[in-house]
Amino acid sequence: MRPLTEAETRAVFEKLAKYIGENIQLLVDRPDGTYCFRLHRDRVYYLSEKLLKLAASVPRESLVAPGTCFGKFTKSQKFRLSITALDFLAPYAKYKVWVKPGSEQSFLYGNHVLKSGLGRITENTAQYQGVVVYSMADVPLGFGVAAKSTQECRKVDPLAIVVFHQADVGEYVRKEDTLT
Amino acid sequence: ALARDNTQLLVSRLWELPAERAGGAGGPLVAQLPEPTFRLPREKPPPKPRPPTRWEQFARLKGIRRKKKTSLVWDEQAKEWRRRWGYRRAGGDPSRAWLAEVPAGADPEEDQFARLRREKRERVARNELNRLRNLARAHRAGRAVPAAPLHPTGHQDRDELRRVARVARVSTASLGRFQPRLPKESAEPPSRNGGKKRRFEPLLGNLAAERSRQLELLRDMGSKKPVLDITRAVNKQLRQEEAEAAANKGKKQSKRGKRGRQQQRPGRSGKKSGARRQPQQRKAAGGGTGG
Repeated sequence: MRPLTEAETRAVFEKLAKYIGENIQLLVDRPDGTYCFRLHRDRVYYLSEKLLKLAASVPRESLVAPGTCFGKFTKSQKFRLSITALDFLAPYAKYKVWVKPGSEQSFLYGNHVLKSGLGRITENTAQYQGVVVYSMADVPLGFGVAAKSTQECRKVDPLAIVVFHQADVGEYVRKEDTLT
Repeated sequence: ALARDNTQLLVSRLWELPAERAGGAGGPLVAQLPEPTFRLPREKPPPKPRPPTRWEQFARLKGIRRKKKTSLVWDEQAKEWRRRWGYRRAGGDPSRAWLAEVPAGADPEEDQFARLRREKRERVARNELNRLRNLARAHRAGRAVPAAPLHPTGHQDRDELRRVARVARVSTASLGRFQPRLPKESAEPPSRNGGKKRRFEPLLGNLAAERSRQLELLRDMGSKKPVLDITRAVNKQLRQEEAEAAANKGKKQSKRGKRGRQQQRPGRSGKKSGARRQPQQRKAAGGGTGG
């Protein structure tokens, strides 16, 4: 376990900024405690200082996961956000997409969101903007990337993809072994 | 006489020290002695110098001094400065030499490449043999065999002396951490690994400093956002196209409808020029009217 280097921090923040914009500083600078990012076996974890001190005394081979995993660095040093970060991203999300109850299941199985399944979308969503996907009952389901801007969403035909799937809470069941 | 001279020197140095009157004006004069320095004696005797090698003897005889060589050499073929030896050296990679001329008096059947390789191997072996012989000679003479000659002779160049100074500084019980530096030496000690391994921040370092560094990074990232919002410009273009399409449809229906829509147009395009005048506004209240 080690702190992130400058380049790694920049990569992580750039990815997070796509979903929560400038609200990252609310994650970095919290009033209820000091939280920090640490890297353990190519995965980025978000943990409090108290937990960090406890985790520091665990040997590296035995340590599974200190804190919440936000994502991992791939072999070519790109940062991939994982579903376990949803609890921290959802409250600060800037662009949201609500999915109709009929196609909720489809999204939870890993499919993209079609125009026919789109309930609501935040105004001014740019194309390829990171969005957090909610059900109509305001339960966060996962996140994705807007395939079309809000304006285009209105004009496009019902079977076109409007949100690319990135991660959903169904992965907790499907990808149980790879999540930490 | 020696004792008298030494006492004289001691007393004169005592009088040079800053003094003050103890116990008010009438008291005796008291000198402020300097802080005591604790000089530990050497545990072991200093090492004796090694005997000079055969080459060193010869060089001293002939008066040959070490010529300082530049580390980079101009490569005419590549038209740039290349190393004298090592990775990408001047003169090309010797292992990829594709031509080996047969010298004048040599056997035409002989393999020149094999000959070059064999000669290189022989040269390396001879160098190694001489090195071991010098080492054995020094060992036999009962002298220490240090890596570099630690006593300043007149025949050392600057790099050797720098290396020797570094060895001397590090040869203390605390590995040179508390040694005072020479006046022209660099202030920061060089890295312990010689710059080889990556070193990361400590795991539980100053968390407040880490947080402030991250906030500064966020601020830098935030300030670099582009001012022109492409999607907003695209949306405005789309809206205008929609309006024109609607206007053309109205033309087919009735004239009055078209006039009504044409009157609406200057108000709509006013928004676009308004956006140009204030390019900082990214999040639009105009988004509400887009629907």
